[in-house]
Amino acid sequence: MSAEMIRVENLSRLYPATRKSAEVAALKQVDIAVGAGEIYGVIGRSGAGKSTLLRMINALERPTSGRVIVDGVDMSRLDGKALRAERRKIGMIFQHFNLLSSRTAYRNIALPLEFAGVDSAAIESRVQNLLDLVGLSDKRDRYPAELSGGQKQRVGIARALASEPKVLLSDEATSALDPETTRSILSLLAEINRRLGVTILLITHEMEVIKEICHRVGVMEEGALIEEGDVHEVVTRPKTTTARSFLGALAGGEIPAGLAARLRPDSDSGNEIALRLRFSGPRATEPILSRLTSEMGIEVAVLQAQVDEIGGRPFGTMIIVVSSAALADGLAEAFLANHGVSTERLGHVA
Amino acid sequence: MSPEIVRLIIGALLDTLRMVAFSGALATAIGAPLGVFLATSRAGELFAAPKWNGLLGLVVNATRSTPFIILVVAIIPFTRMIVGTAIGTNAAIVPLTIAAAPFIARVVEAAIREVDAGLIEASIAMGATPLQIVRKVLLHEALPAITLGLTLTAVSLLANSAMVGVVGGGGLGDLAIRYGYQRFMPDVMASVVLVLIVLVQAIQSLGEALARRVNKRARRG
Repeated sequence: MSAEMIRVENLSRLYPATRKSAEVAALKQVDIAVGAGEIYGVIGRSGAGKSTLLRMINALERPTSGRVIVDGVDMSRLDGKALRAERRKIGMIFQHFNLLSSRTAYRNIALPLEFAGVDSAAIESRVQNLLDLVGLSDKRDRYPAELSGGQKQRVGIARALASEPKVLLSDEATSALDPETTRSILSLLAEINRRLGVTILLITHEMEVIKEICHRVGVMEEGALIEEGDVHEVVTRPKTTTARSFLGALAGGEIPAGLAARLRPDSDSGNEIALRLRFSGPRATEPILSRLTSEMGIEVAVLQAQVDEIGGRPFGTMIIVVSSAALADGLAEAFLANHGVSTERLGHVA
Repeated sequence: MSPEIVRLIIGALLDTLRMVAFSGALATAIGAPLGVFLATSRAGELFAAPKWNGLLGLVVNATRSTPFIILVVAIIPFTRMIVGTAIGTNAAIVPLTIAAAPFIARVVEAAIREVDAGLIEASIAMGATPLQIVRKVLLHEALPAITLGLTLTAVSLLANSAMVGVVGGGGLGDLAIRYGYQRFMPDVMASVVLVLIVLVQAIQSLGEALARRVNKRARRG
């Protein structure tokens, strides 16, 4: 991940005021750098500017100010033939697939090659390979109407890869699919990224997408990139409320409703305390709780626990209840902190 | 019915078919590119030329709002310039073409505007030229709708062709007026009407069958 594949510099897009609406700033001075071979996900609400950002990368939309550089080429300066040549190096997939209903799977995948003037013998072998790659060799002569949503997106992915692009742009590619199909499409994208080294920039409003395949994530709100970083980092330690609301649920540790109703701030309400523990990295899989019992003699009741892998690293949260006497000397919390577990007192359990 | 009358009807039928076929082909050659242009030349579109779009749209509307029978008479000098005469079947092809071309332009425009804008965006992203998008994407995707629209055009051409009798255009309509009405031969009138009904039915069925064949949108069992 040394070379830089996509560089977005100080990118802004204003839509001038019309009779119906005031001036809209769809993008406000966005800076993003995506390394070669990286999967970068942009998450945000609809209308946050994700889509505008994505369309600037292959110059489907033009910036008001700022630059977009893809593999060293300034996209915002290109026109005509040179622009078409660069666009062929950038594949794109869409939420609603955008396949031609009048062409079979084979001929849909062949389309970009026809545009590029590739001869039919070369098209034949290339398309056959792509059909194999996305697992649709048996659907070669099927029309889109005869394919399921997941199969259509596989055709879309094969088509986007036909001209052997260095970059793949994904515009909410799984938002119209059910969870199971979403997972299979995401693992296909991850495989393509691994095997072909294609850099992927995707936009989504689904946190699962970020969790499953992205290396880095950017959070957008009202046209601005308000937070970005390593996926594990942003999920486990979100800085903004938007990041928390989109990605916080991934980290788990939500207080169960039954417990929330019984929590009190004052100590005379009960002699038990609820704690939220978070642990990340290799420690997430260590038997820390049983050591708390065996080494400190503290009995622990687990109310909620979750261990997950985010950005390729394990991460866990837990809500436990212990007696307030056990916590009185502060040693238990120190023991946990020593083992890389952060604790948070949620309150006394009534 | 005498064999002579049958011969007359067959001759008139051939005249009608010739007029419809020739003017249909010519009108498509003029109207289809015009329709493509109208569908792709508004502001922000593939061949953006809003002024030309507006101007051509105006011409198309003006032609379409002129009643056919008036058009036939009004363009007689033009017809004479092109064909050399203003009378006869060949001369009739000129007003038929001029009336059908703007109709076809609107049919093709409407069919192309129905094509999902996402396909255009995807094609641009693939590095397609505007002409490639028209040829490989827009026309191809709009083909079922264009086929049905052309069927409609053929039927209305058939109806118009019945009126060109006023300039000696010949054909079934002319036969029905001269023999069926003016000479009061109800059997000729009835036969002509019957032939026209069968003809319209045949054109419609053929057009629908073709449109079904090129339409891959429906899942078939």
